[in-house]
Amino acid sequence: MLTKSLSKLLLRVAFWMLILAIIVFSTFPFYYAILTSLKTSEQLFSIDYILTSVHFGNYQTVLNQASFIRSLGNSLFVSTLTVVISLLFGLTAAYALGRVEFRGRGAVLLMVLGVSMFPQVAVLSGLFEVIRWLNLYNNPLALVFSYTIFTLPFTVWVLTTFMRQLPKELEEAAIVDGASPIVTLFQVFMPLMWPAMVTTGLLAFIAAWNEFLFALTFTLTDDQRTVPVAIALISGGSAYELPWGIIMAASVVVTVPLVILVLIFQRRIVSGLTAGAVKG
Amino acid sequence: MSTKSDIAQSMPASNRLSLLTQRKRMAWLFLSPMMLVLLAVAGWPLLRTIGFSFTDANLGNLHDYQFIGFENYLVYEAGEWYGVLADPLWWRAVKNTLFFTLVSVSAETFLGIIVALTLNAQFKGRALVRAAILIPWAIPTIVSARMWGWMLHDQFGILNDIFMTLGFIAEPVAWTADANLSMWAVIMVDVWKTTPFMALLTLAALQMLPSDCYEAAKVDGIHPVRVFFKVTLPLIAPALMVAVIFRVLDALRVFDLIFVLTSNSADTMSMSVYARQQLVEFQDVGYGSAASTLLFFVIALCTLAYLYLGKKRMESY
Repeated sequence: MLTKSLSKLLLRVAFWMLILAIIVFSTFPFYYAILTSLKTSEQLFSIDYILTSVHFGNYQTVLNQASFIRSLGNSLFVSTLTVVISLLFGLTAAYALGRVEFRGRGAVLLMVLGVSMFPQVAVLSGLFEVIRWLNLYNNPLALVFSYTIFTLPFTVWVLTTFMRQLPKELEEAAIVDGASPIVTLFQVFMPLMWPAMVTTGLLAFIAAWNEFLFALTFTLTDDQRTVPVAIALISGGSAYELPWGIIMAASVVVTVPLVILVLIFQRRIVSGLTAGAVKG
Repeated sequence: MSTKSDIAQSMPASNRLSLLTQRKRMAWLFLSPMMLVLLAVAGWPLLRTIGFSFTDANLGNLHDYQFIGFENYLVYEAGEWYGVLADPLWWRAVKNTLFFTLVSVSAETFLGIIVALTLNAQFKGRALVRAAILIPWAIPTIVSARMWGWMLHDQFGILNDIFMTLGFIAEPVAWTADANLSMWAVIMVDVWKTTPFMALLTLAALQMLPSDCYEAAKVDGIHPVRVFFKVTLPLIAPALMVAVIFRVLDALRVFDLIFVLTSNSADTMSMSVYARQQLVEFQDVGYGSAASTLLFFVIALCTLAYLYLGKKRMESY
């Protein structure tokens, strides 16, 4: 009896240790980045596990840098516009793919899925030429254009799955009333699609906000860059003189909005991720 | 889907045919913006990249180039082999990428299952833990590379401090510079960043499982570990497989993490890093495109495997 309750207790302890390990493993690096960002450059050389003093000097440096603020603005602009375009084109495509049975429907779906697997490097030189031709080199609009390569397939895929689940009576009623397809889509279906649109929009926003390769390749000057590139390019005199405090402050500034978004929309994001991958 | 025929049946017979044709025409019209965009950002650029790989194009002047056949891939000239396929650095990149993919995806799957099983249990504060594991996923790859770059710093890094306190190592280690360690450093950061994805997908699969077979196993007094291998794992295997393939395709094209954590070091260079270096830094669009094309075909093969599985799943729902 005693050994049984003892082993039960041990099991409980082990379980909570595991939970603790998961939490520490997930959150410690971000916690440590915040900790580092609040240090002065002299304090960087002593290793601390807890906050000993608070200095906002790194944040002042980062936020007083015009190019960094500009990068934040560029990132916000690029991500938002990418989301709007992906949702708009994704919605119309999902209506066709989800509500109409036509020849080639399966082929289009497979093509969309295939594009979402593209290695970005494989289109780099071709896309570079297209962007030069559109005269968008070193322009955030080039990023909006190129980001649709990964946001659009995903949006189409998830919205189509969602669209297929909506009751057909809705559409029948709209057709009997003589509503055109556009009206049916935007006034009958779209109000019901909001949950799916919020989810896919968020995921597209995060993907666009985090993108690096295209942003690095298609922009040239500081004032056109997005935040990931700006952070990647912060450098000191040499690898040993990197301004780690400033890098961490910039990292925290960029990440905090995302973490807040993710924590608020936790459930939606999880359902979007699973709809995109598992149901696919 | 029987939507269209049902709608058609509720219409007068004379309208039925025209309505169907109209709907199909409408469908293509609604598809066209998406199709046009994908053609412009994916289809056409891919064809151009493959085209460029047979030329000596240069980034400075993309209009002026000559067709040189397979010279970017492999050519025998004056007693020596040249081209991507004869470049030891390319093969190193291939080896690095495959090693990275194999090790990190295996580790993520293993850890992801453990985290998912833990989160599948009922306990106080479960929502909080689930929120916590989303944090690594939400952090931009560049930021996590920078954060870990600092934690892995050879002189002032906290990881060396922890390991030295625990007695794992006797003196500080140069994680990102040491040729034997840098790939492991990259893998460690990738595992940290993508285990949440694996865990959440596995958790979703776990939560869809029917509870009756567990109750039966519990009544029969079967050991939980046995239940996991005999019941749970086979049931979540299809979903797990899709998640693994998803991650494999993602890992094969890895770029950001390696580029920021170890820059262009040959010890960790992936196929994407190699291709971009040729393309952008050395301005050699022809050669870089040849490397990109090879990478594309590696991934296309894997994608075909995924599509095959995906199609099977589509048929089942």
